[in-house]
Amino acid sequence: MSITVRIPTPLRKLTGGADEVRVEGGTIGELIDNLEAAYPGLKERLCDESGEIRRFVNVYLNDEDVRFLDGRDTKLKDGDEVSIVPAIAGGR
Amino acid sequence: MIDFTEEQIERYARHIILPEVGAEGQSRLLESKVFMIGAGGLGSPVAYYLAAAGVGTIGIADADVVDMSNLQRQIIHNQDRVGMPKVESACETIQALNPDVTVRTYNEYITADNVREIVREYDLIIDGCDNFPTRFLVNDACYFEKKPLVSGAMFRFEGQVATFKPHQAKDAPCYRCLYPEPPPAGLVPSCSEAGILGALAGAVGTIQAVEAIKELLGIGDSLAGYLMTFDALRMEWKKLRLRKDPACPLCGPNPTITDLVTYEQACELKRGE
Repeated sequence: MSITVRIPTPLRKLTGGADEVRVEGGTIGELIDNLEAAYPGLKERLCDESGEIRRFVNVYLNDEDVRFLDGRDTKLKDGDEVSIVPAIAGGR
Repeated sequence: MIDFTEEQIERYARHIILPEVGAEGQSRLLESKVFMIGAGGLGSPVAYYLAAAGVGTIGIADADVVDMSNLQRQIIHNQDRVGMPKVESACETIQALNPDVTVRTYNEYITADNVREIVREYDLIIDGCDNFPTRFLVNDACYFEKKPLVSGAMFRFEGQVATFKPHQAKDAPCYRCLYPEPPPAGLVPSCSEAGILGALAGAVGTIQAVEAIKELLGIGDSLAGYLMTFDALRMEWKKLRLRKDPACPLCGPNPTITDLVTYEQACELKRGE
């Protein structure tokens, strides 16, 4: 199952500058593990030591936050788009 | 309703002619009070458009002075004002644009000691600050004082805009529903290493101004419950659902935050930058 993952600006140095990558995964958890295999260092930015998605990073499946779906167990299907939305604070 | 002068009828004609605004809406704008945190990249377009729209009272807080490196995006200032407090510079620009506007300047940092009493005096708050501790402070103060908050943030080529009014509906989220606490230092790129595409500030700030004016007028669909994201490199806007977190430490049913919290600044930001 090939999923499109949107990479925000702060994490693009880990994807060689790519703003969008395609990764396999049947669930959000699998997807994150496969992202880590392809782009080492990404998982640490997304998840804490216990593997939970960090609270200042939101992972969206299409337009819905996976925290309000099934979190890491959220099932993915072909054509889904996953977006990573980190907290940003700049205003000046 | 306000009795318009001839000049006001002419100035606001393109608002008054809109059925959704009309004389009544324009009158409401003239009687509205908006408080803005930051007279920088986001604050510049926000202040310009609120002033042009005839928002009657605009409060602006910023403790910095205008620096040459600000002028690439902070369009409310200009080269002659380098070294001048930003709030004074913003006040001059606003008054030259529209004398109907009363500007209140706060040449100070927003802290737990002053935020609630300032916020209390206004109808709507606009956050365009540059750090997480202030964002959490402003969110919490708006929640306690029951004021709508239009929040904007940006980083390099990306922007985020959201409206928070958890006091108005049971399912309406606050900033802590989105991010419960500031990220620890080191896990988010520090502000000082982050460049910013100048015109991005215009795109994000202008959306905040549009949203604020709609909130004041009570027209259209509020952005509350959504997070707008903008990626300038892809030239793409997205509207993501933002739900109330039942475990929110502030606006959830079992809050653990019942008073203002002061966080340490998580990144070393040069003052004046």
